[in-house]
Parts: sequence; C-alpha cells; structure tokens
Amino acid sequence: MNKYPLWKNATVIIAVVLGLLYTLPNFFGEVPAVQVSSVKATIKLDQRLQSRVEESLAAAGIQPTGLFFEPNSIRVRLADTDTQLKAKDIIEKTLNPDPTDASYSVALNLLSASPDWLTSMNALPMYLGLDLRGGVHFLLQVDMKGALTKRLDSVGADLRTLMRDKNIRHGGIQREGNTLVIRFRDAETRDKARVALMDNQPDLDLIEGLSGSDFKLTATLKPPAQKRIQEFALKQNMTTLHNRINELGVAEPVIQQQGADRIVVQLPGVQDTAKAKDILGRTATLEVRMVDDENSANATVMAAAEQGQPPVGTEYYVERGGRGLLVKKQVVLTGERLTDAQAGFDGQTQEPAVHLTLDSAGARIFKDVTRENVGKRMAILLIEKGKGEVVTAPVIRSEIGGGRVQISGRMTTTEANDVALLLRAGSLAAPMDIIEERTIGPSLGADNIEKGFNSTLWGFAAIAVFMIAYYLLFGVVSIIALTANLLFLVALLSLLQATLTLPGIAAVALTLGMAIDANVLINERIREELRNGVTPQAAITAGYERAWGTILDANITTMIAGIALLIFGSGPVRGFAVVLCLGILTSIFSAVVVSRAGINLIYGRQRKLDAISIG
Amino acid sequence: MEFFRIKKDIPFMRHALVFNIISLATFVLAVFFLATKGLHLSIEFTGGTLIEVSYQQSADLDKIRKKLEADGFTDTQVINFGSSRDVLIRVPIKAGETAKVSENVKASLDAIGDTPEIKRVEFVGPQVGKELAEDGALALLLVIIGIVIYLAFRFEWRFAISAIIANLHDVIIILGFFAFFQWEFSLPVLAAVLAVLGYSVNESVVVFDRVRETFKKQRGMTTPEIIDHAITRTISRTIITHGSTQMMVVSMLIFGGPALHYFAVALTIGILFGIYSSVLVASPLLMWLGVSREHFVKAKKEKAEGVTEDGACV
Repeated sequence: MNKYPLWKNATVIIAVVLGLLYTLPNFFGEVPAVQVSSVKATIKLDQRLQSRVEESLAAAGIQPTGLFFEPNSIRVRLADTDTQLKAKDIIEKTLNPDPTDASYSVALNLLSASPDWLTSMNALPMYLGLDLRGGVHFLLQVDMKGALTKRLDSVGADLRTLMRDKNIRHGGIQREGNTLVIRFRDAETRDKARVALMDNQPDLDLIEGLSGSDFKLTATLKPPAQKRIQEFALKQNMTTLHNRINELGVAEPVIQQQGADRIVVQLPGVQDTAKAKDILGRTATLEVRMVDDENSANATVMAAAEQGQPPVGTEYYVERGGRGLLVKKQVVLTGERLTDAQAGFDGQTQEPAVHLTLDSAGARIFKDVTRENVGKRMAILLIEKGKGEVVTAPVIRSEIGGGRVQISGRMTTTEANDVALLLRAGSLAAPMDIIEERTIGPSLGADNIEKGFNSTLWGFAAIAVFMIAYYLLFGVVSIIALTANLLFLVALLSLLQATLTLPGIAAVALTLGMAIDANVLINERIREELRNGVTPQAAITAGYERAWGTILDANITTMIAGIALLIFGSGPVRGFAVVLCLGILTSIFSAVVVSRAGINLIYGRQRKLDAISIG
Repeated sequence: MEFFRIKKDIPFMRHALVFNIISLATFVLAVFFLATKGLHLSIEFTGGTLIEVSYQQSADLDKIRKKLEADGFTDTQVINFGSSRDVLIRVPIKAGETAKVSENVKASLDAIGDTPEIKRVEFVGPQVGKELAEDGALALLLVIIGIVIYLAFRFEWRFAISAIIANLHDVIIILGFFAFFQWEFSLPVLAAVLAVLGYSVNESVVVFDRVRETFKKQRGMTTPEIIDHAITRTISRTIITHGSTQMMVVSMLIFGGPALHYFAVALTIGILFGIYSSVLVASPLLMWLGVSREHFVKAKKEKAEGVTEDGACV
C-alpha cells in the first residue's frame, strides 16, 4: 500500500549518491599550492613553461603532489606551507630572472585536496566568500562624466585640425560642460563647417545658434556614441585593474562589472589594504622629453653617466634594446594628454608601430616642440612606480600636428602591442573612486567559519534530539530527511560554486530549522488521522497527501522573500538569499520524497500493520 | 510523547477583540519608538567607516577615544566587540572623505603604543549607503506584494489582506525593538526581517489551509467556530515547528558570535511574535473581513449535486 514505484526509489538513491559525491570535496580541505599566471597580455602559458617549472622544482629537490595546467594558470600542489614558500621562491627565480621586469605572477594559493577523479567531475569544495577566508573587497565607481569630457577634449583637437585642413576660419573651439562650442564670423562659414563636420565626425549632434554677433555651432556627442565611450572607459579601466592586480600576485582576483559604471574588485587573502589601494589607484604615466643628443654622443660623459653622474639637467636611461642615453629633465608632455594608444603599422614602411592620440592641449604642445626640434631625438618614457623606462627615442623628421603621433622603429608586432597596452593600461580611461571597502582578516574569516559551523551543528543536534523523543521512529526518519536536506544543500552549493558567506551559513542553519516544519506537518497529520480511527497504512498515505499542499504553500511564501532578497540584496546578503532559495527547494524534496521513501521502506511492506511508532 | 492533546476546540475567537487590542497597543508602541528614537542604522546604510581591531591585552577604550579625538576624528564610536580585547570603531562619514579614513585611524591607533591587529575594515560611501537603504525598502515592498498576490490567487483576497497585515505588524514590532534598545540595524538584520516575514506568513497559511478545509468539510459550523477548530487542530504543529526553528536560532545566539548576534535576535523576536500574530491576529481579521463558506465551496457543490456542464440534472 505504501510502496514507492522503482523510479521514485531510484531517484532518491541517485540524488543521495550525487549529494554525497559533490559534498565529498568539502571534507578533504585545502592544501598549499603555488599558482603561476602571465602578467603580460602577450605572453601565453604553454606546456614548455610547465616543464620549466617542473624541472626547476626537481632540481631543488621538491616533489610537488600535483601539477595542473589550465589555459590561464599553472598550479603546483605542495605538501606543506614550508615547501610552498620554498617552491614559490624557486619558481619566481626561474621564471622572472629580472624581478623589475616580471613576466609571470607567482602567487601562493590553496587548492582542494580532493582526489583528481573528484576534481575531474567538477566536484569542488564550496566557494567561500571574503568574510570567511579573509581578503579585500573594493567597489569602485567610474567617473563617467570624466570619461566624456576627456573624450570631448580630444574631439575638440580633432575639430581644430579638421578646420585648418579644410581652410575654414573659426573664432575658437571651446568645451563648455558636455558640449563643444565653435564660433564663426558669418553664416556661410558656419554652413561650410557644418558640412565638413557631418562628413568627418558622425558621432556629433550639431545645433546652430547665435551668441551676440557670433554664429555658433554647438556640438554634443550622440547618445549611442556616449554609451560607447562609457562602455569603453569601463572596459579600459577593468583592463588596467587586471594588469595592476597581476602585480600583486593574488591567486584568484575577481574583477567584475557591476551595473553600468561600477567595478567590483575582490582580492582573497590580501591583507595589506594600503598597498592594494595604492596599486589600484596608481597610474603608469607616459612622459615625452627631449634627448640630450650632444652629450649622448660623447663617450666620456656617457661613461660617467653610467656610473651615476649624468650632466646637470639630464638623466641617464637605458633605451629598450640596451643603448644608454641622456634625457633632459624638463618634461615636454605627460600621459595625461594621451587619449588613446593603438598598435598598428607604419603607413609607408609597413613596420610595426604604436599610434598615439593626444588631446587638444597636448597636440598643440607637440606641434610646437616638433617644429622647433626637427632632426633631434625625442624620448618617450614610461614612468611606473616612480621608475622610468625609455620606450623609444625616435628622431623628429618633421613638424607633427593634429595630435596623432606614431612611434615606430625597432619594434616587433608583439612589442608594439605590448607598448600600446602598457600605455593604455597605464592610463585610466576615467577617474575612479573607492566607494566601498571591506577588509576581513584571515583570523576573523576562520573564526566566522567556526562560529557558523557550530551554530548549525548544535542547532541541528537539538532539533534531532527533540524530534526523535517526540515522534520516535517517525522522528528518526524526519532527521534522516533533514540530514539529506543538508547534504543536498551543501552539494548544490558546491556544484554551483555559489559564494558562501557568513549570512549564507546562517541561512543554512535557518533553512534547516524551518525545513523541519514540513516533517512536523506530516507527522502531526498522521497522528490526527490515527486519532480519527484510520488504519496506520491509510493514515500514512493521508498524512503525506494532505500535508503536501500546505507544505507547498508555506514554502512558496518564504521563497518569495528569498527571491526579493536575491534581486535587491548585495554582497553577503545575496549569499543569504541564494542559500535560502536553494534550501527551500531541497527541503521540499527531502521532507516529502526522501522521508516518505524511508517510511515506505520501514512500514510499506507490512500487510498487517497494527501500530506505528509515532509517539 | 504528545504535548497537546486537545479534545475540544479552544474558543480563540471569543477573545479576538482582546488579542487585537494587545497587538494594536504593541504596534502603536513600536511605531512610537521608531518615530521618537529611530533606528540605529549600521554604516552599510549611513555610510562611514568601521574598523574592528584586536589587542593582545584588554584595550583601554578611553585612551583610544582621546587619541582619536585629538587626531581630529570627531563623533567616533569606540566600543568593545565580543571581548574586552576586541574593539570596534565607527567613524561617521564626512563630506569629501574617502577610503583613506581607515588608514588614518590605523595610524592613530598604532601611535598609542601596542599595535593592534586589524580584523575587519568596512568603508561605505554615502551614495552606496543610500542605495542599500532604498534596495532594502524595495525588497520589503516586493515581498509584501508577492505574498499578497500569491495568497489572493491561492486562497482569496481576504486571506491575503489579513495575513499580510498580521505579519507586517510583526515586522514593525521587530523594528520597534531595534529602535527601543538602539540595537544596530544592519543588512543581515534586514535579511532576517524579510525571512521572518516569509516564514510567519507560513503560519497563517497553515491555519488558513485548515480553515478552507473545514469550510468544505463541516457544514453547520459558524465562521468563528470553524476558525477556532482550525487553530486548535494546528496549534500543536505551530508550536513544535516554531520551537524547532527557535532551537536553531538559540544555537546561533550562543555560538554565532557577535557577527550573527542581532541577526539571531531579530529572528527570535520575529518567531515569537510570529506565532502570536499569525494565529491570533490574522484569524480575527479574516473573520471581520467576512470570510464565509460561499467563498470556497461553490465549485465543489455543483459537482457534488451532479450537475453536468450543460446544466442537466441526472
């Protein structure tokens, strides 16, 4: 009478087996590991690098317990933290012989200690949030207005060049807030300019106007163009952040877009917030300076400069490629004037080149300087962490106007890409502010896990004792169902790799406390049916069937609250909502299907059942 | 074992007026405290900086306060958190201040002498705080609308209205407690309040389910009698369920530490008042809104009397 068809029993068994399988990795804990990833966009990880890592470790007598190759990282699993630190040093030395120019980031990390066959079927331990493992969380707000004005400034420079090229006389181009205003003497010139602008600057909306005796053209960026610029600014800033964070050597940084103008940065394990903030806020800047050609050609001066005694007013630098040169201290132009850098090719020689775009002020300065210094050399320096490097020092062949500068010569395509990226990465497309910061120390994280775990454990134990005392065998089955619920919940969280936070653990405890409701409803119903004189077998059936509707209704209302929190919650509260929603789903299944399977197993076969153990 | 072997229905509805006056009084008190004292909102909502540090020995709060004040941090709050060695410092937000505040505070603390270990830093900009507060209000609204629509669809509008009034009154009472004691109202507490809202509605749902079932089964019972019957039949389950959930929450109160303390407190108040209001407030409301047999049994009746679709009688 109370028998489950085979498929239902099979479903329960399969669910429990899968639950066990995916919960399993959580019991193995984590082991120390070293993670290698590439810092430069141009350097990809390959099998050769992996063997290099292996060989260097073998040479030092370190036996890794595992080596994993992934597209973006190589992970080396090690026996203990001492070996981990030793291995990190060795790998660091092998891969980055020059610590000032690191190509790879070598970071300490923790890896799941579960056996490979589990990892290969995607069974991983739960993904712990920052409040449980310690680390830094930043929410950065990108100043989109800043991105737009920056762009308008560069459009202004383009317009000036355009007007000159087309021989259109204008009475000045100015940026006023979010618009560019161009003044003209007469309406004819304005119409001419208008036609020229419409052909060359499709992104601008033009409005004609009068101001005093002047004819005006007011240009604004079209909304789609604005949107594009803002999206670009965000992407650009994220790239910049990626590059900078790579230097920090964080194993699993999270850099995500949030909304239209925010970026979330999470750095697990990082404790030094001051340093993290410094690196996030830092800008690698570009500087253009003149080369002291006279002294650079003088061998004795150069020899002294190499010893650290350059002539007054100059600095000694080594150009990419190894040649030293003296650069004047006076800065012609800084990276603030740079609006874009793209890798490409020289129009005539087809050599790889980097194309720079300067804003209006920068373009003017550059034009003046190049006009006055034809035939001389100009150095383009990249200043990072207060340290400069001459990227290239080309000879000025002619006056360069229009704010478009091309750097070429002695570069491979890869290098051109690299330089363009560095220049772009160095500059943020738009200023950013930290609007939220959360730092959790590692001890607090471990403490939080313990507290959350203990709360759940003791609460569970108390419920178990009570349920068994009150409902006897049915209580035992209810607790088995509740255990299954916990198992499914942990397995689901592990499988989905949802972030587990402290409120998330609280939600696990709370859902368990609420999930028992379904079993109480069922058990009370069965008792009631028995009291009404129904036979035990019929009472079981009726109890489960009658309670089902109520259980569904009751859980849906909690589910509504969970979904609302999921939509509007952020950070740790979102973690709470995820667990609450998943917990409701698993609890319906385990309280109704799993407990029924248990009861059927115990009582279902007995044809003549006189009494059941329900207290 | 059985705690509640009740033979006769308990006449809850006879005292309905008394229950509602009690809850009205608590409700008015809660609103009063909310209005006069206001909620002590955490920095998540107001914006500001929060720093939790841990000292080797028990910390001298006065010294820390004086030092911070001397260094220009006005209106800071310095309290012990969990133990005498752990100190929580709250710095309110000021115009133009950025994430740098935490570093400056740290520098001031280090200057005192024994360098503390930083356990946690939270900085929330003013605009984020405002958004979180708005999102919280929106979440509450969404839960209310969602539950009303669901109950109206699943039962009847009278059930939806009385359930939501009863349970919102719980929410106000929880907030009233937080206002009266000036406990910190943080995001996890808000989450707890919303979870309790969903959970207490459960309670009303279980009773309402019984009301509906009894309406269908029992003829010749008056509405108050039916409600009394439904409450009496479910009271055992109500108390056991809430007791079980409360055991879990007590465990959180004991073992969860300061981080989960107010979360668990909010749940405790919510659960205790949830039992009361969902049973003794929602049901009288339902009665006064004029629920009756006809609201449920029409469709069933036609079938029972064997009327086919084209209206012919067999």
